[in-house]
Amino acid sequence: MIEIAARQSQLEQAISKLTGLGLTIAIFALLVFIAFSFSERTGEKVQRYLKYLIFLFPAIAFLFIGLVAPAFRTIYLSFKDARGDSFIGWENYHWAFTQPEILEVLKNTGIWMIVAPIASTGFGLTIAVLTDRMRRPGLVKSLIFMPMAISFVGAGIIWKFVYQFQPNEKSPEIGLLSQIAEWLGFIPSNWLLVTPFNTLLLIVVFVWIQTGFAMVVLSAAIKAIPDEILEASMLDGAGGWKRLSRVTVPMIRGTVIVVLSTITIGALKVFDIIRTMTGGNFKTSVIANEMYNQSFRALNYGTGSALAVILFFGILPLVVYNVWHLKREQSDRI
Amino acid sequence: MTASFRRRLTLTTGIVAALALVLTGCGSSDDSASGANCDAYAAYQGAEGTEVEIYSSIRSPEAEIYQESFAEFEECTGITINWNGTAEFEAQLPVRVEGGTAPDIAVFPQPGLLKAMVATGKMIPASDAVSAAADEYYGADWKAYGTVDGVFYAAPLGANVKSFVWYSPRTFADNGWSIPTTWSELLALSDKIAADGKVQPWCVGFGSGDATGWVGTDWMEDLMLRVNDAETYDAWVNHTIPFNDPKVAAVLKEAGKVLKNKKYVGNVPAIATTTFQEGGKGLVDGSCAMHRQASFIGGILAADYGATIVTPDDTATEGGITTFYFPGVTADQRPALGGGEFVGAFADRPEVAAVQLYLTSPEWNNKKASLGGWFSANKGLDVANVADPVNKNAVEILKSATTFRFDGSDAMPAAVGAGSFWKEMTAWVAENKSDKAILDAIEKSWPKP
Repeated sequence: MIEIAARQSQLEQAISKLTGLGLTIAIFALLVFIAFSFSERTGEKVQRYLKYLIFLFPAIAFLFIGLVAPAFRTIYLSFKDARGDSFIGWENYHWAFTQPEILEVLKNTGIWMIVAPIASTGFGLTIAVLTDRMRRPGLVKSLIFMPMAISFVGAGIIWKFVYQFQPNEKSPEIGLLSQIAEWLGFIPSNWLLVTPFNTLLLIVVFVWIQTGFAMVVLSAAIKAIPDEILEASMLDGAGGWKRLSRVTVPMIRGTVIVVLSTITIGALKVFDIIRTMTGGNFKTSVIANEMYNQSFRALNYGTGSALAVILFFGILPLVVYNVWHLKREQSDRI
Repeated sequence: MTASFRRRLTLTTGIVAALALVLTGCGSSDDSASGANCDAYAAYQGAEGTEVEIYSSIRSPEAEIYQESFAEFEECTGITINWNGTAEFEAQLPVRVEGGTAPDIAVFPQPGLLKAMVATGKMIPASDAVSAAADEYYGADWKAYGTVDGVFYAAPLGANVKSFVWYSPRTFADNGWSIPTTWSELLALSDKIAADGKVQPWCVGFGSGDATGWVGTDWMEDLMLRVNDAETYDAWVNHTIPFNDPKVAAVLKEAGKVLKNKKYVGNVPAIATTTFQEGGKGLVDGSCAMHRQASFIGGILAADYGATIVTPDDTATEGGITTFYFPGVTADQRPALGGGEFVGAFADRPEVAAVQLYLTSPEWNNKKASLGGWFSANKGLDVANVADPVNKNAVEILKSATTFRFDGSDAMPAAVGAGSFWKEMTAWVAENKSDKAILDAIEKSWPKP
């Protein structure tokens, strides 16, 4: 009896959801129909702009709702107190740049921003160059690329095992790094506790994932370099290293910059690795993690928003540079 | 072409068939609703066919036991209870509430979080019936923890007692160690075990994902009730004395006698990277002698490391563990530190109120306790229904404690109780940060009114 009632209500729910969906589609179709029949009756010039407007409107609306409005609200909240009730001026920013814990966080983010992209791009470029002349690069490349398929959380958990340390000397080590250290005759240490070395250990995880991305993009760019140019440089007597530094890298400069800046943006936003591996303890926290802690743990939307804004303005120049670079390249081609 | 089309068709048919099977499977489970005696559920009738979501940090396998304890209620009232457990409860609940998708009922493990959620204005005060039931079945101190600014929101659910030291009666008997009854006796015993050199006196683990450090706050709280008194404890929790007050510093110093003593705990920084579950493992494999942890750890040690929970006089069972009371400074000082969950509602619907009311009833509490591994502070709970010797001990401690205080860090503002207090206790062991430095840092992080 009860179960039948429950099932009926489920059915009702499904029906109401379906009718809702059907209604939405019908309204959308009606709007499109009105728009098109209306546009047929107007002048050609109006028609063109109307077309842009109609096709751009949904995208702009979503962009506004999902991105622009929250961005402005975050900036607005960053000047207010913990619950967003009253204005407190620049106090949240003052807090962010004077509190020693937050300065630590900013410093770590700086380390991430510099080391992670350079290491990922460096390794990616090296592998791309080395595999370029290889007869069957497939296996090597897919092995390097594979970590890309693993989420940061998954990678964090995997590497946490690698860095695991057994404090009890009588029990065997289960961490790979500790065991390798033991084989080499060193005494394993509690890796994730050694500052600032531990931040680098976390960066290794990020680089492990991002190298594949850098390699694939750079390798495609290298493939696009015309053979004639390389042959000409060879005839001119350029050796392997010279060819790489004077021909290959300058030819793919644009791609290198795109890869570098994309990975830098990724490194600035890193959160999952920190959260799964150290939880921001042991002086390894970064802005994104602290922003989350402030907003959703300490329930202080003011300081959380201020950190978000700082992160945003940290990333902004890179995005601007990327767009500018892309535009210049396009105009070069024309 | 045709072959691939046919294959696709077969696949679709398969999916449809599977779906049909699932649907019918749902319906045909058991139609003997009339089999159960529903007389006890008269107070909760009138909301057939509704669903109530309970959002909680309690996950599988405990969640299944909760679900089992609801079965009869669901059958008799037609209210379906969906237990939704998540490891990210503390972080996700504010997100859901702020995002307008608040659960019907949330099980708060921390009064501090309850307070923060009441501040959002989205919580519904408990009904008069729930309030009356809470008066009848719980002590005033318990009801007060579910009350914010004079309005009663959340009735207690489960309870736990933290003032326990876990040990192996067999190891103690083999070495001729006796149970200490004062704090100084406990330290003397630790020295003796260290001098014997067979096992490490203590094992400690602070690690708990993004909540790492809470074990350290428990040590502080237990000692605060002993080195100082309940009044100082309240003043400390409510921040009427600063966090870096000399009285707090004295407590941290006592805690450091164990936690920062290499002879007692071995590798001090490794405490931060040892999970709290692993922390107790040493008791089972015999690598350490004592482990201070709440009552719930018994279940984890039994499930993960094959421990057997025994009575204190059972000195024969290998891997048998049990508890002694974490002693006071003097033998007749018997404060108890505990915790518990509170059931608060975000939805004003009759079925939600019915579930809240049912959870405060002695019927449910006895049913839940008899399913094992659980107890509450409900006055209607019959100790005979609590099978586990440690939980039995805990129920008795709850009933006879000279003072009872709730987990202090849970009652502090989230920025401290679930933030800087955890973080700084972790840094205290991991980075060897000084007593003064961590107390000053926590004091500075206390939100200004």
